[in-house]
Amino acid sequence: MSAARRRRGWSLGDAVVPVFAGLAFLYLLVPVAYTVAFSFNDAGRSNLVWQGFTLDAWRNPCGAPQVCEAFVNSLTVGLLATAGATVLGTMVAVALVRYRFRGRSAANLLIFLPMSTPEVVLGAALLAQFLSLRVQPGFGTVVIAHVMFSVSFVVVTVKARVASLDPRLEEAAADLYASSWLAFWKVTFPLLVPGIAAAALLAFSLSFDDFIITNFNSGAFTTFPKFVYVSAARGIPPQANVIGSIMFALALVLVVAVQVAAAARRRRAARAV
Amino acid sequence: MAHGTTTGVQDAAGPAGATDGPTSGGSGADLGLVGVTKAFGSYLAVDDLTLTVPAGTFFALLGPSGCGKTTTLRMVAGLEHPTSGSITIGGTDVTARRAHQRPVNTVFQSYALFPHLTVLENVAFGLRRRRVPDAVARARDGLALVELPHLADRRPAQLSGGQQQRVALARALVNSPAVLLLDEPLGALDLKLRRQMQVELKRIQTEVGLTFVHVTHDQEEAMTMADQVAVMNAGRIEQLGTPAELYELPRTVFVANFLGQSNLLPGRVREVRDGWVGVDVGGTRLVVPQDRAVSTHGDVLVGVRPEKIHLLPADEELSDDANVVGPGRVTDVSFAGVSTQYQVEVPGLGTLGVFAQNLAGGAQVALGAQVRLAWAPRFTFGLDGSTDASDGVVDLDRA
Repeated sequence: MSAARRRRGWSLGDAVVPVFAGLAFLYLLVPVAYTVAFSFNDAGRSNLVWQGFTLDAWRNPCGAPQVCEAFVNSLTVGLLATAGATVLGTMVAVALVRYRFRGRSAANLLIFLPMSTPEVVLGAALLAQFLSLRVQPGFGTVVIAHVMFSVSFVVVTVKARVASLDPRLEEAAADLYASSWLAFWKVTFPLLVPGIAAAALLAFSLSFDDFIITNFNSGAFTTFPKFVYVSAARGIPPQANVIGSIMFALALVLVVAVQVAAAARRRRAARAV
Repeated sequence: MAHGTTTGVQDAAGPAGATDGPTSGGSGADLGLVGVTKAFGSYLAVDDLTLTVPAGTFFALLGPSGCGKTTTLRMVAGLEHPTSGSITIGGTDVTARRAHQRPVNTVFQSYALFPHLTVLENVAFGLRRRRVPDAVARARDGLALVELPHLADRRPAQLSGGQQQRVALARALVNSPAVLLLDEPLGALDLKLRRQMQVELKRIQTEVGLTFVHVTHDQEEAMTMADQVAVMNAGRIEQLGTPAELYELPRTVFVANFLGQSNLLPGRVREVRDGWVGVDVGGTRLVVPQDRAVSTHGDVLVGVRPEKIHLLPADEELSDDANVVGPGRVTDVSFAGVSTQYQVEVPGLGTLGVFAQNLAGGAQVALGAQVRLAWAPRFTFGLDGSTDASDGVVDLDRA
């Protein structure tokens, strides 16, 4: 077919598609490239104007005051919120698909509510709630808030996976002497792992990224996005760009690794047949 | 179970708990259902079912889809709980036990193999749950029994349908259950493979000596494999017996039509004398042995299987002791090699089917010929005349 196309010669579609695709990628990647480039900026007071190339920020990513503290805070909150939201969300997802109970359809609907509510409203409402309960905003309230808004995403992601599981598999496990607890751990859970892992990654990135809700509920506690926002007034240090670039690179490596592993598994499966 | 594991599961098996593993000829346990009813809302899936399956038999539950046979099987497995009634295995009441506490294993229609485990681990699953010490070795024996030892390390997705079916069978068999349940296990296989697996299943059952309960809608499958067949319809058992009993002497219209084909002629009882029932069928007198008649008064259906009927030239002299109808006109002749199937339209009686074995080389009666139909009275059976004569006729569009 490609030979036939060559013989026909030049076609408009052949050129237009790559050009538009290229433009789209450029549009998507310019901010990322900018972030990476300015991590090498020899910034003085402000990292807004290119001053010259340096590796200073990369040699000492914690060089700027509070940047690493904020980063570690974000990692801690992210890991705790991910753990909480993933466990809770998985249990909700399994219950919603597998069991019939009163209020099931209402729960099914309400689980979408936090996803569709504006973050500003959620953040303000949570703060009002914490204040009326006389809870001091800080690390704890941030974790609670993050679990709260990411649990919906976990439920939706895991639910799709549970729904695609053949309920006969759990029956077969029960038929083969597995109690419902064992049937879950030996059959249901291993089959849900891909969905749960995807949900956990999603929860972590939502938590790590969140600014609006965090800003309302963190008091004096500073996460990485909040640090960047606060420093924007007097100039974001290049160390923030370094950390941003590292996070981007990590995400990229993870995606590529998953793709490579999946391709290897497919090849193995194809060979075995 | 010769390896001395003691779990609650085996206690429940009663006599089966003391038997040997699948390859050394164990024996299953009796299965008893007493007054078992299952209602889904207002729909009665199983209606007051009472049934005993003797230990070591190959028992088939045969019926059309929706007759309650699968629900019955699932209640025995513990995957559904009866609305009322009780289920016993080897004399022990297991009605209140949950699926994992019952000494039964199921071969599911969709096989339900665990996709994340290898074939070997699938087969070893039940053994591991019961902490049988040499689970892997026994799982390998199980795979050998179904002739798939070379596929132990594959995943289920890498197997053909027939291979998956065998793995599902091995996974259930290695546990030496008191009762092995098979839910339409051959339904997803193509015809040739299905015939092959029928023979194989029968061989394995004879070899391991377990009690098999096989659910199927395929009457040929039930007849070729089972020692005992229970024909189910609308949540009830219509008739229970050996395949030959059910075929030769159906007691309901449903069984007469669902199991093979029958010619059913509506008539009225005129006399009962010397063990014979005389029936007037559209002006013709037919006789039915009294012990083969369900009803001996009023309206009845006189039945005869198509292969019992002989076609005779309309003018041939006949002995008095045969049942004869006709003359009628041959409206269809289909030659199928081993036999020829005729349709004969008899005025006032309708169309009768006749099978003639190919003894003389080719079809012997021409289309449109005038013939009479004769058969020995001892092959005749009498059914309740109040039932619709087409009850249980297999709809070819659905089958």
